[in-house]
Order: sequence, then structure tokens, then C-alpha cells
Amino acid sequence: MALPVAAAPPVRRGPLPWLLLRLGGVVFVLWAVATVTFFAIRLIPGDPAEAVLGGPGSQASAAALAQVRADYGLDLPLPLQYLHYLGRLAAGDLGRSYSLREPVGAVIGQNLGGTLLLALLSLLTAAVIALALAAWSTRGGRWASAVTWVLEVVSAALPHFWLAISLILLFSTTLGWLPPVSVPGPAGLVLPVLTLAIPLAGFLGQVMRESLLDALGSPFVLAARARGESEAGVFWRHALRHAAIPAIGLAGWAFGALISGAVVVETIFARPGIGRSLLSAVQLRDVPLVIGVVLVVALGYMLVTTLTDLADRLIDPRPAPTTAHRGRS
Amino acid sequence: MSRPAVIVAAAVLAFLVFAALFPGVIAPGDPLAIHPLDSFRAPSFAHPFGTDESGRDIFTRIIHGTGASLTIGLSATAIGVGLALILGLLSGLGPRWLDFGTTRFLEVLFAFPGLLLALLFIVIYGPGVVTSTIAVGLATAPGYARIIRSQVRVVRRAPYLEAALVLGRSPAHRLVRHLLPNVVGSLFVLVTLGIGQSIVWASSLSYLGLGAVPPAAEWGAMLSAGRTYLGSFWWMTFFPGLFIVLAAVGTTLLGRGIQQGTRLR
Amino acid sequence: MTLVSVRDLAVSFGGTTVVSGVDFDIEAGQCVALVGESGSGKSVTARALLGLTGGSVNAAELRFHDTDLRSASPSRLRRLRGREIGFVSQGALVALDPLRPVGREIEDSLRIHTRLGAAQRRARAIELLAEAGVPQAAERAAQRPDELSGGLRQRALIASAIALRPRLLIADEPTTALDTTVQAGILDLLESLRDAGTAILLISHDLAVVSRLASHLVVMSEGRVVESGPAERVLAEPRHPYTRRLIAAVPTDRPRFERLTDRPAAAPAADRPQASRDVVLSATGLRREFGSRVAVDGVGFALGRGKTLGIVGESGSGKTTVARLVLALERPDAGEVRLLGRPWSTLTEPQRRERRPGIGAIYQDALSSFDPRLTVGQILADALSGGRSRRASPEVVALMESVGLQASLASRRPRLLSGGQQQRVAIARAIAPRPHILVCDEPVSSLDVSVQAQVLDLLDDLQRSLGLSYLFITHDLGVVRHMSDDLLVMRHGRVLEAGPTESVFSRPRHDYTRALIDSAPRLG
Repeated sequence: MALPVAAAPPVRRGPLPWLLLRLGGVVFVLWAVATVTFFAIRLIPGDPAEAVLGGPGSQASAAALAQVRADYGLDLPLPLQYLHYLGRLAAGDLGRSYSLREPVGAVIGQNLGGTLLLALLSLLTAAVIALALAAWSTRGGRWASAVTWVLEVVSAALPHFWLAISLILLFSTTLGWLPPVSVPGPAGLVLPVLTLAIPLAGFLGQVMRESLLDALGSPFVLAARARGESEAGVFWRHALRHAAIPAIGLAGWAFGALISGAVVVETIFARPGIGRSLLSAVQLRDVPLVIGVVLVVALGYMLVTTLTDLADRLIDPRPAPTTAHRGRS
Repeated sequence: MSRPAVIVAAAVLAFLVFAALFPGVIAPGDPLAIHPLDSFRAPSFAHPFGTDESGRDIFTRIIHGTGASLTIGLSATAIGVGLALILGLLSGLGPRWLDFGTTRFLEVLFAFPGLLLALLFIVIYGPGVVTSTIAVGLATAPGYARIIRSQVRVVRRAPYLEAALVLGRSPAHRLVRHLLPNVVGSLFVLVTLGIGQSIVWASSLSYLGLGAVPPAAEWGAMLSAGRTYLGSFWWMTFFPGLFIVLAAVGTTLLGRGIQQGTRLR
Repeated sequence: MTLVSVRDLAVSFGGTTVVSGVDFDIEAGQCVALVGESGSGKSVTARALLGLTGGSVNAAELRFHDTDLRSASPSRLRRLRGREIGFVSQGALVALDPLRPVGREIEDSLRIHTRLGAAQRRARAIELLAEAGVPQAAERAAQRPDELSGGLRQRALIASAIALRPRLLIADEPTTALDTTVQAGILDLLESLRDAGTAILLISHDLAVVSRLASHLVVMSEGRVVESGPAERVLAEPRHPYTRRLIAAVPTDRPRFERLTDRPAAAPAADRPQASRDVVLSATGLRREFGSRVAVDGVGFALGRGKTLGIVGESGSGKTTVARLVLALERPDAGEVRLLGRPWSTLTEPQRRERRPGIGAIYQDALSSFDPRLTVGQILADALSGGRSRRASPEVVALMESVGLQASLASRRPRLLSGGQQQRVAIARAIAPRPHILVCDEPVSSLDVSVQAQVLDLLDDLQRSLGLSYLFITHDLGVVRHMSDDLLVMRHGRVLEAGPTESVFSRPRHDYTRALIDSAPRLG
């Protein structure tokens, strides 16, 4: 999570086998994630039935505990519990939240939209900032290049919470332009979006600038210039595509960074979303809700990386370099 | 890159390391001493960063917390890189089935993006300094592992390893004298970059109340304590946060600077 | 009339002057060549005509037709580029955008300078590709560069440069990195363009290539013009010592053992075995498949002590796979390699290991064959001690001197050395374990001609003083003829022809060999 890691370059295959392989991979990973979480949760010390009734301090009666065990299937042998769990998951049933006493699916459903909107707006803002920085650094000479480099590195290293606090101090407390908590409407979105977008823009900018510079220094760009292509033409027709490839490769990582950031940002700005739900579930040890959110995020991650691969295949149709050593001669 | 920025970053890091080793030299006071009459003082000459709800001097607490915060960052990075080294080497050097298995395992870990793996770990083992440090290490490991694996694969196919084979060097010699040093050498930058990020993530967990807890003089914990007073006493969160930023930005600038320097050479 | 006129041109980058005092003219329809080695400033000089040096340009005169290029506005320059001056940039294999179909690059020239609609542009691009000698132009136009061979890519690039019928075509190393027969085709194409009235400014390090097309040569060295004049005169009676050295360094048509540099030949050492009929390396019926592709099929040969066996072929001929089979880096699917009369390819790797010092290798890319963390001294100490030590020793100094390297370079890392020095380090490392045989895979292909001459002379010296046998693999007929006693001509993984080098060259039995020899460019 700390460092952006691009998705491994997929081996190129035909469209249909690729899709099947990809879908198989998604199903496998989801199954593995569900299994890992199921058994990991068993490592939690204490009686899950007690947790349902409010933890060890609740002093629940033996009858109540037995009732809960029967209700949640906790009295069955572990393999059977596991199969039941998988069966329920396959049917889309994520169980009931201990703390909210509501179906997990409903809780996630209420909160997902806000987080997605936040993440999407942040991604767009970050892309625009990153592109502007990269373009300026490649065209603005040595000084611009040095300044953008420092800007990108610094903003990529900024912790979300500190950025949020500083933005609140500046724009709400001091200037009074924007609300310190996320009120409904566009004004309430500005600070959360900026908080998430700035570090992401730093990462994307670094990656895009490097590939932009590579592309701009390459012989095919010289050839384009020698053909009479204008600077704008060189940028839009040639360099940008090359810069987009590694940035798109970072999409899966960016998704993770945005979700993690959402945990912090939604908490600070008191904004409903799955990030905040996840945090309170972790604090209250609301296991079904944690598992539910984790599974939904894993699904989202798989979706994003699959779309990334698809986009990559469209932009860069070259076959991936073969890894096996071949006779060169 | 920018040379002045890298020099400034190195100076800041040198200061932080000094503060971690000899906090008493910079801030002679007691970080835990309570002065109820002096609570919530704004930054002034006597208290450059102000005081907290118990009247403790925030500057003193930050300086004395440097050691703990840097240790958490370093330990988390060590855990992450250590795990990743095992996974990456197994995958990069092992037989095909092992590589296949490790890669699938990493893919599953990647499906817990960002803080998710750390949060899951904390749900199981409960909050605290140790668990949050391990959690951050665990969460960073898959990313490092993938980089190490691809680095191993690159070096493994490098012409200089073939040249060593042609000279009659044994597999052990090629592994120990050529492959490993080149893989590990390239990790240096990765680790530098990772320390800053680990500090940020660990302090994020502390801020969310899942890591170190007050009254410990740890940056994240101080932040967490100040959260309640954010609207009225901004200095309680701003300055500990500033030091986290300094540490993170410093290591990142230094790492990127080294990276660019080695690329240019 | 004079199309281009350059007087006292100087180009500098951030205070460092890389080109100065350059004068030349190009008449309409004439081919002028800028000749020089890497770093001579020839490419920068050519780019100055397009305003694309990236540095600061000064000149007493820099004129194209009726435009003063010194004061031309950026938009005026953009109108010149592509329309009046076509440019075929260096690196035939990378000068087309890898993400776009090649047809689009040609359409771009038309889009920028004409008012043609999209459909007309597409049709015209296909015509241009066909004109540049690309077969099935319509299909090719829709393909990306990686789907085309090197020769076709270069033709597509030329097609994009001549789309607007420019008066001047600048071609920067247009045949470098192409196979000999492909190279000949590209030169034919440029020749037909010249005959049709396009002036050409040809930039090349290869005197032989240049001498075929250019009527006028401008020889550059270290950013200056050292000599210029009619091509025939410069090649026949070079006046400047540099030009003389450059011409002397060309190995084409130079008998075996004739020196290419003025350094005297080494005397054969008395204590080393001399050239003889003993076979040190033999191969019989070698076959190697990669999947369904047969890379090497039925290759056999015998290499005598102190002799050189040349293997020549174009890319894809299987010559490098033969080298890898000989070095036991690949296992043959059939056939056997024997070393010093004993089994070699049939051994297991641990059995082979103790015999590995008997056979060494040098490669085209010397730099990537060195561990990047080691200094020259450490690399050589490691090779001398069999991997036991990396500490400096008097032997390392002696070894460095024997390949013409100054001992002071021992503390440097190879990437800071020149290409020639890197190859010398590689040679020193290869001879350190006192091998009987060196496998040389394109050892001089990426070197400048004068450096190539030094390395070839060094290899010649070492052969005599150490009694080495060489398996010498190259695509360059001039080099292979100069270096080898016997020759193998390979194509599609098979040996087409084999025999003593001179008899293969003077009486080629196979049509392909004849075509190969005919297409190799010659001086004069």
C-alpha cells in the first residue's frame, strides 16, 4: 500500500481466452479473500456469540448465548460453518452487523454511493492536477522541472489526516470559505476531494512525467517534429498516450489508496461512507461488517484491475515481451 | 530532480535522527510533566508549539516522541521488506510451481488494497503500538514482494550472470556473489522511500485510535489526543502532524534523489 | 542552384560547444554526405537545418533555398519541416511511434501540410508506402511498427519523409542496424530518389555506404570538418591524417593479417601452441528448436588450433544460437559439440564446470556482460582467480596492459568507459582463464570503425601471442573476410556454404552467398 506498484503486465492472449482467464482469476481471488477472512476471524480470541451480544462485558446468560449460537450457526462444526458461509456469500447474503443490528448488505448499500462519488471526483481532480504538472514540467524548462519535481514528491508523501487538518485550518477556521465538516452539496465535497486528490496527484505526476520525458526524448517524437508537427501535436498525438500507460497501470493501487484515504477523510469530515463504516466496525470489532466491507472492496479492486487491463490492451496493443529466453541470432 | 531540496531533506533527517538519539539535548524538559495551570496555551516563546490539555509542552513531547515514531516506521519497513524478501526470493528463484503459488498468494493479498489488510489484522489482534506496526509491515509487504520478484527475474536473466556461467562459476557463486548483491542493492532506495510511507501509515492508524495511545509521547498518539480539540486548539494536532510530514517528505525526497542520481550515473 | 548553404556553423549545449566552424553546400539534386564517428557532431549538424538541435545555433550563413534559417520563425520552420526538408531520423527501428499504425505517421505529414481529407490521406499514404517499396502496402499501413521487419520500418519512415516531395531529404544513418541485403535495398531506394531530383544529405559512419551515393563528402571529427571535397578524390587521395586513418580502418577487402591501425603486430610467443591442424572444437549435426521454430538445423564444423572460423549470416540465420550451443548455454536437440577432442555438450553442467575455462566468450554488448557493481579491476581479478578473489594484483595490471588498457582504469566502473575500452575489458576477462577458444559474437558491431579496427587488430595480436582459436560470428562480410581462415555462411538455421574464406568469396557456389557478397557496400 505504501508504494505504488503497477499491475504485472499480463501475457497477451486472444480476447475470449483472456476474458475467461480473467474471470477465473477474479472468482479465485474472491474465494481466497473470503476464505482468508473467514479463518482469520476465527483467530480472534473470545466467544463470537459474546461479541454478538456486546462483548465479554455484557454478561449474557447461557440461554441467550445458546440462542445466538443457533441463530448464527456457531454451534455447527467449523467445515460446515465454512460451507454455510460460502453458500450465503454466493447468494449475496453478507450476514448481519453486530453493532448496527442490520443486514451488512444494507449498511454497505447506504454508504457505498458517497464513497464512490468521493473517490471518483478525487481521481479526476488528481488526474487533471498530475497532467497539468507533468505538462508544465516538460515544457517549462529546468526551473519548472525542479519545482514540479519537489511539489510532486512532497504532495505524494503528505498524510491524508494532516492535509485534511491543514485544509480545514486554512479554508474553514481562518478564511471561513468552506465548511469544516462535509455538509450535503458541492461545497462540502471540496475539502475532502482535495485531501484525497493531492497526494494521488503527486504519485501520478511522478509516473507520468517520467514516461512523458522518455517519450519526448524518443526518436519517434524527433521524427514527428521533423515532419512539421507542432508542440501541441507532439504532446497530444504522441507523448500523452505513452504517459498514460504507466498511469493506468497504477489504477489498482490508486483504488486502494483512495479507499484507505476515505477511511481517514470520511472520519475527519464526518462524512458517511464505507470508509467510516469500516473504521467504526474495526473499533467495535463488528466482524460481519468488516468482512462485508473487505469483500466489497476486494471485488471493487478486481473490477478496477480488470478494466485497467482492458484499457491497457486498447491503448497499447503491442504484444508483451516474451519472458522465456529465445534464440536471438 | 532538485539538488537543494535533497540537501535540505538530508539535513532535516539528520536533525530528526539526532532528536531521536538525544532528545534531552534539544528539549531538556520532561515530556510527561503535567502543569494544569498551563493547559491549552497557544504557541509562545516559552512554549514554541503551545501546550496540551494537561499543560504539557508540545515541543518537548514531539522531540521526545521522535524516537518512538521513527522506531515504528523503521520496524514496520523492516517487517514489510523482510517478509517481501522471503516471498520475492522464493518466487523469483524457486521452481515454477513455487513462483505460481507465491504469485497467486500475492494476488490475493493485493485484493486487500491499501489499509485494508492492516485494519483486518487489527480487528483480529486488537489495537496497539505493536499490532499497528506489524499491521503496516504486513500491508506493505505485497508491494515490495512484487518489486523484488521482478527485480530477481531481471537480474536472473542479466547477461552478466550468463557471463559468470561461461567463466565456470558455480550456481552458489552466481547466487551469492552476483545475483543477491544486485537485488539487495536495488532495495536501498525502496527502503528509504518505504520508511517515510510507513511512518505516515502508522501515524494514520494512531490518529484513528488504532495504534499508540495517549499519553505516550508518540506523534500519532499526540495527534489522536488533539483531534477532540481541533476546532479550538489547532496547535495540538498541527505540530505533531508537521513532524510526521517532515519525516515522510524527508525520506521520500532523499530516496527519490538517490534514485535519480543512480539513474543518471 | 545552391539549395543549402552553411558557413561557420556552431552549435552549443549549455556552454559546451559540440560543433564549430562547419561549412558545406548542397546543390539541388545532389547527395552530400556527412561522415564521422560517434560524437563527431554530424547528427547535430544535420538537425541544425531543421532547427531541432535543442541547443543554441550560430552561423555566418545557414540558408535553405530562400529562407534564412537563423532568423526563421518557429512557424516558418514548422512549414519547412516535412514539406521542404524531409527527415529520416537515426534508429530505423525506433523512429516510428510504437503505439500507432505506420500509415498514420505518413498521414500525419499530409495532415499537417495539406488540405486533403482523411480518406484521401489514407489512400495517399498507401501509395507512398508502395512507392517506398513496401509490398502489400494497404495491409502494412494498418500495422504497427513492431509487426514490420526492420527494412520495412525504414521504408515506411522514408515514405513519411518524402510524402510532400521535399527538395531535400536528410537521412541520418539510414542503413545502420539493418541486414546487408536489406541495407542494399534501402540504398537503392535513396539512389532512385536522388536520381529523381531530390537532394540528399546523408549522415553515416560507414564510408562504404556513403561512397555509393554521395558525390561530395564532408568528413567530421570532434565537431569540426577535417576535410571535404568530391567523394572520389577524398576516398582516393585523402589529405587529412584523420581521413587517412578512417579509410585505413575499413576492413572490407583487406587481406587477413593486414593491419587496420598503425600499431605494429605482436610477435607470436614461442611457448604457446602455434596454429595447426589439431581440431580444438568440433560440432556435428547440431539442431535446436524453440517451440515449433527450428533455429539451428544440421550444423557441423571443425575449428583448428590457432585458426579463426567465421560464421556469417543475417538476422534470424541461427548464428547466435550456434554460439550459445558451443558455449553450452543451450542444449542441442540433436548433434554434439566436442571440445579439445572430448565430450562437451553431452556433459552435465557440474561436469562441464571445470572445463569451462577452456572456452571463453565476448559479446556485442560488452557492458551488460559486466556485474554493474564491480570495477574493472574487480572484474579482472575475479576472472584471474577463478572467482576466489576480487582484490587488485600485479596480474591484473599485466592483463590490462596486454589488451591495451591503462592500469589507471582499474578503479573505474565499466559504464564510465568508452565502447572500445569496454570491449577491451571483456576481452581481458575472456582471456584471463587462459582459454583455448574464444567465441566472439558480433564483437565489433556496435563500435566505430576506427575503434573496430583497434579491437580487430588486438584480437589478431592475441591470437598470435596466445595461440587462440576464434569462432567469429558477424553479419559484416568485410569484417569476417578480414578475420577468418574458414567461413560458414548460414541462412534459416542451416549452413548454406562452407570452405576456406577466400575461395567462398571468390567462387561462391550458392546464389544467396553471391547476393550477400554483391550487396555488401564497398569503398570507392
